[in-house]
Amino acid sequence: MSMADATANSHAVEGARPLRDALIAYRRNKPALLGMLLLSAIIAFVIYGTFFFKGDPYEIVWAPQTPPGTDAAVPLGTDYLGRDIMRGLLKGGGPTLAVGAAAAIITLVIGISLGGIAGFFGGWIDDLLMRVTEFFQVLPALLFAMVVITLFSPSTLTTAIAIGVVLWPQTARLTRAEFLKIRELEYVTAARSIGARNGRIMWKVILPNALPPLVVSATLTVGVAILFQAGLSFLGLDDPNTMSWGLMIGTNRQYILDAWWPVTFPGIAIFLTVFAVSLVGDGLNDAFNPKLRGR
Amino acid sequence: MGSTAYIARRLLYGVILLVGVLVLNFFLIHAAPGDPAQTIAGAMGGATAKMLAEIRTSYGLDKPLLTQLAIYLEHVAHGDLGTSYYFNQRVIGLIAARVGPTVLLVLAAQVFAITVGVAMGVFAARKPSGPLSAFIAVLSTIGYAAPVFWTGIMLIILFASIWPIFPVDGMTSARFAGGYFAYIGDVLYHLVLPAFTLAIIFLAQYSRLSRASMIDVLGADYVRTARAKGVSETKVVFKHALRNAVLPIITVAGIQFGNLISGALLVESVFNWPGMGRLAFDSVLRRDYPTLLGILFFAALMVIIANLLTDLSYRFADPRIRTGGR
Repeated sequence: MSMADATANSHAVEGARPLRDALIAYRRNKPALLGMLLLSAIIAFVIYGTFFFKGDPYEIVWAPQTPPGTDAAVPLGTDYLGRDIMRGLLKGGGPTLAVGAAAAIITLVIGISLGGIAGFFGGWIDDLLMRVTEFFQVLPALLFAMVVITLFSPSTLTTAIAIGVVLWPQTARLTRAEFLKIRELEYVTAARSIGARNGRIMWKVILPNALPPLVVSATLTVGVAILFQAGLSFLGLDDPNTMSWGLMIGTNRQYILDAWWPVTFPGIAIFLTVFAVSLVGDGLNDAFNPKLRGR
Repeated sequence: MGSTAYIARRLLYGVILLVGVLVLNFFLIHAAPGDPAQTIAGAMGGATAKMLAEIRTSYGLDKPLLTQLAIYLEHVAHGDLGTSYYFNQRVIGLIAARVGPTVLLVLAAQVFAITVGVAMGVFAARKPSGPLSAFIAVLSTIGYAAPVFWTGIMLIILFASIWPIFPVDGMTSARFAGGYFAYIGDVLYHLVLPAFTLAIIFLAQYSRLSRASMIDVLGADYVRTARAKGVSETKVVFKHALRNAVLPIITVAGIQFGNLISGALLVESVFNWPGMGRLAFDSVLRRDYPTLLGILFFAALMVIIANLLTDLSYRFADPRIRTGGR
C-alpha cells in the first residue's frame, strides 16, 4: 500500500473529507464566490483579447485624447496618440496576467524547495538556508528586480524571472514552518518506519499535507506579482513592444492633467484583478481553515 | 545575554549582511552579459577606450575572480562605489545628496501609517462590527489591490485639477523665497501627498492588524482583572491593552521597511520627489550600473539599520525580552 493510500484511509476512518468540506465552505462564502466570478470574467476578457480579438493596440484610430463615450468605436476613449484604450485593455491583460502567474510559479518552486529542505532537515542546513532567506529580505524587492532586469535586458521572461527571484523568501518561510510542524507527526514517523526515503517523505507525504496554506499563499503571490509587473512596466522596465496595463499608465502619465481616462481605466483593471485574486485567496484560507468557518 | 553583547552581535550580523550585498553586486556585474569593464562604466555612459582601460587596471579585471572581489570590496571600504559616467560624479556623492528626501518620505509615511493605523484599529476593536471596522476592511482592500503609483496619479488628478490645495510636484516650490522655517514648511507641505500615498498600503495593514490584536488582548484575563478592579475604561484600553497590542505592529513595521522603500521608488517617480527612487529610475534609463548598484547597497543599508532599530524598540517595549534571556 502506498503512503497516499494510507493517508486517504486514515481520513476515511475518521469520516473526514477535507477537500469536499473545503469546497462546501467556499461555496457558502459570498465574497469568495464574488471573487471567483470576477476573476473568471477578467480571465475570459483577457483570453478573448489575446487569442480572438484581432485589433492592434498600437494603431492610431481616432483623434488624440477623445473622452470615453464619444463614439461607440472607442467606448473608453483614446490616449495621447489617439490609440484605443479598450484595445489596450484587451491586448494588455495577457502579458500582465501571464507574467503574474509565471512569477508566482517561479516563487513557489524556489520557495517550496528551499523552505522544504530547511524545515525537513533542520540543523545547520536550516540555519544556512534561513540566513540566505533573511539576506534576500534585506534587499528592497522592487529595486532588486529593477537591477536584475536592467543588467539582463528587459523582456517578458526577464521580468517574470526577476519578480520570482525577489518574492520567494516569504513562501520559503511559510513552507519551512509547515514542514517543521508536520515532520513530527505520526504518519511521517510511520512512513519512515516502513523505509520511505527522505525525498519521498518530503514531497509525497509532507508536501500534500502542507498544501492548504501554500495554495492560499500562492494565490496571494499571484496578486503581488501582478502588482510588481504593473509597477515595473509603469517605470518602463518591461519590453516596450509588449502592451500591458502598467505600460499604458506609464506612457500616459505625462498627460494626466489633460485626460484622466487613459490612466484610470488600466488602473481599475489592475485593481479589480488583484482584488478578485485576494478575495479568492481569503476564501480559500477560510475554507481550508475549519476553525474560521461559520464566523 | 546583556544588552551590550546583544547589540554588538546584531551590529556584526548587519555588517555581514552588507558585505553579502556587495558580493551579490560583484557577481551581478560579472553575470551580466558583456564586458564587466563596460558594465562598470555604464553601457550608455559614453565610456572611451581610455576610461575602459583605466577601469580594467583599477579593478584588476585581468586578475583571478576572487582577487577582483577583494579589490572591489577594498574600493567600497574606502567609500568608493565607483563613478557615474553619465552624471560625471562619484556615486557616493550622488546618492548622499538623495538619501535625505527618501528617508524623510519613508519615515513620514511609516509614522503616519502606524499612528493613524493603530488609532483606527483600537477604536474599531471596541466595536468589532461597527462602521469603522467596515471602513478598515474597505481600506485594506484598496491598500492591497490598488497599485501605489496609480493611487498617486489619481490623487494628483484630484488635487491638481479638481481641488488644488496640495502641491503635486517636487519637494519645494519653484519660486521659493523665505527663511529657514518657511523652507521647512514648504518641504512639509510638498510631503503631504507623497507620504499619504505611500502610507495608504501600510495604513491598511496596521489598522487591520492592530484591530485583530486589540480584540485578542481586550479578551485577555488581565484586562478583565483590571476592569474588575474598577480601572477606568480609557486607562484599560490605552494603558493595559494597547501596550501589548502594539507589539505585533512593531514586528510587522520592521519587516515592512524593505517594502516601504520599494513603494517609495514608485511614489518618488510619480511625484517627482528628488530621492533615491528618482535617481534609480534615471540610472535605469541611462544604464548607469554603478549608480544603480550603489543605490541597491544603500537601500539594503537602510533596511538593515531599520531592522536593528526595530529589534531594539521591541526590547524596549517588551520588558519580558530584556529580563528573560534573548
